Amino acid sequence: MAERRHLLDIDDLDRDGIERMLDMARSFAEVLRRPIKKVPSLRGKTVANLFYEPSTRTRLSFELAAKRLSADVLNFTASASSVEKGESLKDTALTLEAMGVDAVVVRHPVAGAPWLLRRWTEATILNAGDGMHAHPTQALLDLFTMRERLGDLEGRTVAFVGDVLHSRVARSGMKACRAVGMEVLAVGPPTLLPPAPVEGVEYVHDFEAALPRCDVIYMLRMQRERQQEGRVPSLEEYTRFYQLNAERMGRARPGALVMHPGPMNRGVEIAGEVADAPYAAVTAQVTAGVAVRMAALFTLLGGAEGGSEVA
Amino acid sequence: MPELLIAGARVVDPFQGTDEHADVLVSRGRIAEVGRGIGREGREVLEASGLVLAPAFLELHAHLREPGDEDAETLETGLEAALRGGYAAVCCMPNTRPPLDHPAVVSGLAARARALGLADLYVVGCITRGREGRDLADLGLMHACEARVRAFSDDGAGVEDAGIMRLALQYASAFGGLIISHPEDARLSRGGQVNEGAASVALGLRGIPSLAEEVMVARDILLAEETGGRLHLAHISTARSAAMVREAKERGVRVTAEVTPHHLVLSERDIGDYDTSYKMSPPLRTPADVAALREALRDGTIDAVATDHAPHRREDKEKEFDYAPFGVVGMESAFPVLYRELVEGGELTLMRLLEALTRGPAAVLGLEPPDYGGGIVVGARADLVLLDLEEEWTLDATRFASKGRNCPFHGRAVKGRVACTIKGGRVVHGGGGGGRRG
Repeated sequence: MAERRHLLDIDDLDRDGIERMLDMARSFAEVLRRPIKKVPSLRGKTVANLFYEPSTRTRLSFELAAKRLSADVLNFTASASSVEKGESLKDTALTLEAMGVDAVVVRHPVAGAPWLLRRWTEATILNAGDGMHAHPTQALLDLFTMRERLGDLEGRTVAFVGDVLHSRVARSGMKACRAVGMEVLAVGPPTLLPPAPVEGVEYVHDFEAALPRCDVIYMLRMQRERQQEGRVPSLEEYTRFYQLNAERMGRARPGALVMHPGPMNRGVEIAGEVADAPYAAVTAQVTAGVAVRMAALFTLLGGAEGGSEVA
Repeated sequence: MPELLIAGARVVDPFQGTDEHADVLVSRGRIAEVGRGIGREGREVLEASGLVLAPAFLELHAHLREPGDEDAETLETGLEAALRGGYAAVCCMPNTRPPLDHPAVVSGLAARARALGLADLYVVGCITRGREGRDLADLGLMHACEARVRAFSDDGAGVEDAGIMRLALQYASAFGGLIISHPEDARLSRGGQVNEGAASVALGLRGIPSLAEEVMVARDILLAEETGGRLHLAHISTARSAAMVREAKERGVRVTAEVTPHHLVLSERDIGDYDTSYKMSPPLRTPADVAALREALRDGTIDAVATDHAPHRREDKEKEFDYAPFGVVGMESAFPVLYRELVEGGELTLMRLLEALTRGPAAVLGLEPPDYGGGIVVGARADLVLLDLEEEWTLDATRFASKGRNCPFHGRAVKGRVACTIKGGRVVHGGGGGGRRG
């Protein structure tokens, strides 16, 4: 029997694996532009979306990707399910196993939950975000978007700005960008940056000073909870120093790209005028999400031979 | 009961500092003779050539879960686990439900343990009523009651109010009571799951900074220094904690400290794939901390190895990392893991390891003969272990006597085994297979 393949974090893929996944996503993006946006590649396979955290955007994106590949889709949303009756993650895993599910797409508030699922089921596991740990398909769709807009990414510089500490998008994104040869900055106040060095990532507290170096400015969602924890004195103060507005954009490199994983807090981390400007790729990221997730499902569920994506 | 002759062992006695081959004769629960060529006739003989004979170990820090959580452990399973691990006596921590904060409760527990006739039990009482950190528990009454409580702790949580900690150290000094600190500032550790730093960043889990321990170690050392009370620091885990203990001892502060086998052997790098058997409090720290703890154990800064044996129900540990409880079991794995990693690894002498498991904890707790200790000398109680230092084997937590299976050393190749535990002159674990030849 072939070894099970999973996508738990971006470092399950080497640089070649990432490039191949992005190339495949491009061909699926082409499929998505056809009048009939569906291929039979995963006919007969069953994909379960196991969401322990609300996330309309990611869940719909995975659901659509599976359906475009002709897989059957089960949606398991924790708030309306057995979790409320006290069922453990392990029992849920065993249930999905008994139903013969081929792949489980899991979103969970606790880091590591996909690793536990891998232990408890035979299904292929795709991590759709675990706690503040990892979000590999987001990292892939972000790279896809950058590559479509900027071409070759080698030597380009990206800044992840804001709450890097609690952001799984930033964690996987920084690894992915490093893997394809980009320079990576983490920008924010010390209380919102990781408490230890991240390999190859430079920490910067002065956003304005960092801007002229950036080809990509990746804004992170600022959660009100962080202010309640006292990590920033007030949202007003945060906005003053770390909001990306038109004036600050003037300091960025010409042609610099603005990205955001959504949902955006307009007027907090990002000004409305920036979010809506042509240099912002926020909706392109969403579109890329479906194609990238098609590529991930197709690769992991046996559609592609000889991939390196073995976790 | 016939006299028992333990024949031909290498006798290593940390109380006397001796290491020599001898026969040991046990009669009426006590050591009757130590020497060479003791006659065998009419005596039960335990062939022990090739084995090490040492005083049985003393566990300073175990959670036996009674009363209130007998699904996780009972006195019976916990004290049986102790015997298998080579321990003749165990201190049990008071974070039970209800907590051990009252003379009636501690006396009841001690009486139950006596009736079981397994390892001896020393009940640790709460520092504060209900372990709530507000009012002193009846320390003197617990000390004076049948259970003779010698040490007090709100283990599982630090005493946040420095004023209460100060009063506890002052008050207990009247009768020589020991105050055991669980050094953790809950405001600094709040929400944390693993060591803050490389591990928390790599795993995406909230971090527990070293400082959460160190600020309370510093505070409690100052309080002990000012009050003259006897302070024991439980499960210290960082290089800076060890350094502060070293400096305090040099100043003459009455402070002692313990370290666990897991903090001596494992680091944050071992956590890997979110296995909750690696989730403990304090968390596994950096390799530099591990090295510093080993050095502190070597030079005597750290007085004792204590396992912080913390059994949990399997269902409770088989959860997402954030949801699983802190703690690992330790009594049945302590000696083989430490012998393999520290003694075979050339970091510690056998004598020093055995001292940290016997004489060190006895001194911390203030135990003296005839209760415990004295070493392998005529008249001492015959609480002994026979150790097979040559045996290489694989730790299998599913075979533990403890109900707890939450052991990070499960499946680990180890060397050295507790072949036999003798309690009050009676073989209470092992002893069937005889000794090793040559």
